[in-house]
Amino acid sequence: MTTPTLTSPSATPVALPVKGPLLTRTGWSAFVVALIVVCAVAPVLNLWVPEGSPLHMSTYAVALLGKIMCYAIAALAMDLIWGYTGILSLGHGVFFALGGYTMGMYLMRQIGADGNYKSNLPDFMVFLDWKTLPWHWTFSDSFAATLFLIVAVPAVVAFVFGYFAFRSRIKGVYFSIITQAMTFAAMLLFFRNETGFGGNNGFTDFKRILDIPIATPSMRMTLFVMSGLTLLGFFLFAKWLVGSKFGRVLQAIRDAETRVMFSGYNPLGYKLTIWVISAVMCAVAGALYVPQVGIINPGEMSPANSIEIAIWAAVGGRASLIGPIVGAFIVNGAKSWLTVAYPEFWLYFLGALFIGVTLFLPNGVVGLVKKLRKGSEQ
Amino acid sequence: MSIQKILLLATFFIAAHAHALTTQEAQGIALGEADTRVEALNKAAVSADDKTVAFIQALSDDAVKTSGSQLFVVKDGKAFDPVSGAEKTLPPDAEDVINPNLVRSELDNALAALKLLSKDETQRREALKTLAGENSEARLPLIEKAWAVETVPALKSQLELMRATILLGSSDKAKRLEAAALLAASNNPATKTALIERLGSESDPDVMVALKAALAKVEASLAWGDKLGAVFSGISLGSILLLVALGLAITYGLMGVINMAHGELMMIGAYATYVVQGLFQKYLPGAFDWYLLAAVPVAFMASALVGAALERGVIRFLYGRPLETLLATWGISLMLQQAVRSIFGAQNVGVENPVWMSGGVQVLGNLSLPYNRLVIIGFAVAVLLGMAFLISKTRLGLFVRGVTQNRPIASCMGVNTARIDTYAFALGSGIAGLAGCALSQVGNVGPDLGQGYIVDAFMVVVLGGVGQLAGTVYAALGLGILNKFLEGWVGAVLAKIAVLVFIIVFIQKRPQGIFAMKGRSAEA
Repeated sequence: MTTPTLTSPSATPVALPVKGPLLTRTGWSAFVVALIVVCAVAPVLNLWVPEGSPLHMSTYAVALLGKIMCYAIAALAMDLIWGYTGILSLGHGVFFALGGYTMGMYLMRQIGADGNYKSNLPDFMVFLDWKTLPWHWTFSDSFAATLFLIVAVPAVVAFVFGYFAFRSRIKGVYFSIITQAMTFAAMLLFFRNETGFGGNNGFTDFKRILDIPIATPSMRMTLFVMSGLTLLGFFLFAKWLVGSKFGRVLQAIRDAETRVMFSGYNPLGYKLTIWVISAVMCAVAGALYVPQVGIINPGEMSPANSIEIAIWAAVGGRASLIGPIVGAFIVNGAKSWLTVAYPEFWLYFLGALFIGVTLFLPNGVVGLVKKLRKGSEQ
Repeated sequence: MSIQKILLLATFFIAAHAHALTTQEAQGIALGEADTRVEALNKAAVSADDKTVAFIQALSDDAVKTSGSQLFVVKDGKAFDPVSGAEKTLPPDAEDVINPNLVRSELDNALAALKLLSKDETQRREALKTLAGENSEARLPLIEKAWAVETVPALKSQLELMRATILLGSSDKAKRLEAAALLAASNNPATKTALIERLGSESDPDVMVALKAALAKVEASLAWGDKLGAVFSGISLGSILLLVALGLAITYGLMGVINMAHGELMMIGAYATYVVQGLFQKYLPGAFDWYLLAAVPVAFMASALVGAALERGVIRFLYGRPLETLLATWGISLMLQQAVRSIFGAQNVGVENPVWMSGGVQVLGNLSLPYNRLVIIGFAVAVLLGMAFLISKTRLGLFVRGVTQNRPIASCMGVNTARIDTYAFALGSGIAGLAGCALSQVGNVGPDLGQGYIVDAFMVVVLGGVGQLAGTVYAALGLGILNKFLEGWVGAVLAKIAVLVFIIVFIQKRPQGIFAMKGRSAEA
């Protein structure tokens, strides 16, 4: 009697997907064009082309585009966790705001004694009659420490929250609602004066960054270029991530989490890793955002803001990396135009966008374009 | 104030022990330095007759003129002598009697104190309210007099309390001791403050001991009131949470639809109440007190119709895609909010309590149960019972349960599942409208009314366990009471945060809520 020999796993041909290039040829060309636009064209048009010229890029445009690029980073972060892993977070505003607040603390310290009260303490602390800095402001005068904390604080928060949530296998809508509760609670907490984050008003009136005045055109342009480079860098990183084995497991978790578990994977580590990465990306976006808009307050943590990040990703197209970036530009471009031109229609438009995209454009604008292109090829 | 009113007021006062106003008294009250005037006023007030009252009232109304030492009360362009009431000619050099602020407030207080002797019980009650916190020793004789003739027990004890509080500041040690003994029986928060204040400035050791003993007793009885008060406001908050969450228990709990516009359906109910109120004000002012009864079905129908339209128009196409439903309904909520802003304006609108819902039952000195809260608790219970009946006993309820448990089989049995979906969603929405109607009676009605409750409502449903009415009830009451008790310790905002953290931790331990579904549907 012959015992059936078990074929060793290596004997069966495993069809590993061929690892393609990070970007296609056209992809790389587009990337380089974007890089040139951000690093060379925009600065030249803004700083060296005289103001009267039709080619001049206004300060308003720099501020707006810089802001939208930060939003695009947040949308990209949302795409990694929602589009590629299937976990809808309604609390990414917390991470965005945490990054923003960490940067804001540094910027508050940079004001030095130039505030209204001519004190070394930030104005709101003088107003509250505080004599010393609270403990969590200890490292706020060092730029290097601030950069570290921008990454570390949201990472720790995300890790702790994610560990408990994913460990007890909270999924789907439950997770979404719990993240919403998280951002709501955080907002209430930051609204308090005694937590030391400036209460209602948050931080504003920044004067300097790295001892350089913050409101000059060249500083604005520097921040703009930094945002653009970060966005492009994160895009490449995300592209690499989703193409890796790690990324494929994430997509498998999105499509059939139980099957992934039956195949011997523990989703906890994967989900937790991408959750923390996504949170950190969002925090970096927040840190770049604050010096450009010049204010951070607890309103950034309102549930509405977090859910808006999700709609950027949805409008552009989930599960494609260019989609959320496109979505962030479309929605926020429309927002900055509509809130000025037809303020009362903005919410109608946004609401209709939420409904329309979910009903008619499950793959967003990018999906629509792909579909049209396929249709025209046939 | 017209002469009729003054006379009317004057007739309320008892003339017992009163002696007529003398010219000397009148001059003392009206002329001279502020201090002496106040002194004269207080003296006259103790033995006031209706003439004195009328004179004080005239002074307070700035209707008294003077020339030399002569006084004239001016009414309707004619001058009268304040004592005899005879008409006189006003000398050309007559000047107004000027009342400094001190005198003016004393005049008003004296009038209020005199009202303590009024024959009309409501007048006396109001006078007590005006005088609360006014602990001048000069008022003591009047209060003692009023106390002696007072017959209504509740008012009598209030007068006694007032008297004791005044005695507390007396320079006589025996009187202070008496006051401490009297105040020990009080369960009024104001007494506690008065005792603590007195303790701070007391130097006599005997009195201090008595005061401390009294304070301990008052605090003990106050503690009871506080605890019961926290339980009551917890139940009250719980009843509101229950109303808010009951609708969700159907749309989310039974149907599995994440409806982020639930809060806005409540807002529609609240605005429907506002509209009904406006209609009653305009067309049926006589029946205004009962507008709320008409508003209840209107609020239900308004929200139910909007809900049905939403289900037919949007949500139907998203069944089985919860995250998309979440986003789409969020979009709906934004549009509904903006629509209300466009129609009613961005400001809050005023919804009044009907008369029968204002006021409350005073249970203890520091515990009063407002009628509007009591009515809402009753309303929540009624809605809960109605819904339980509808779901478990009626044909519609049977269909709803059937469709949610097994759609294909229900369909095979001839149930029109699509229509049942619409009905069920409309029912859940209508209950949200009822919640909105209730909320309009205790809070602000504005475009963002729903936003504040939506997170809470989901928390209640999630905590209670999806698909469980009983769980929803326990979760709502539990969260309400927990919230209010924490508020007592750490303040409202931290309490809210603590509750959210508690729920997040709780869900870790029991992802299915308090009452987990059993059987096959638990895995779905």
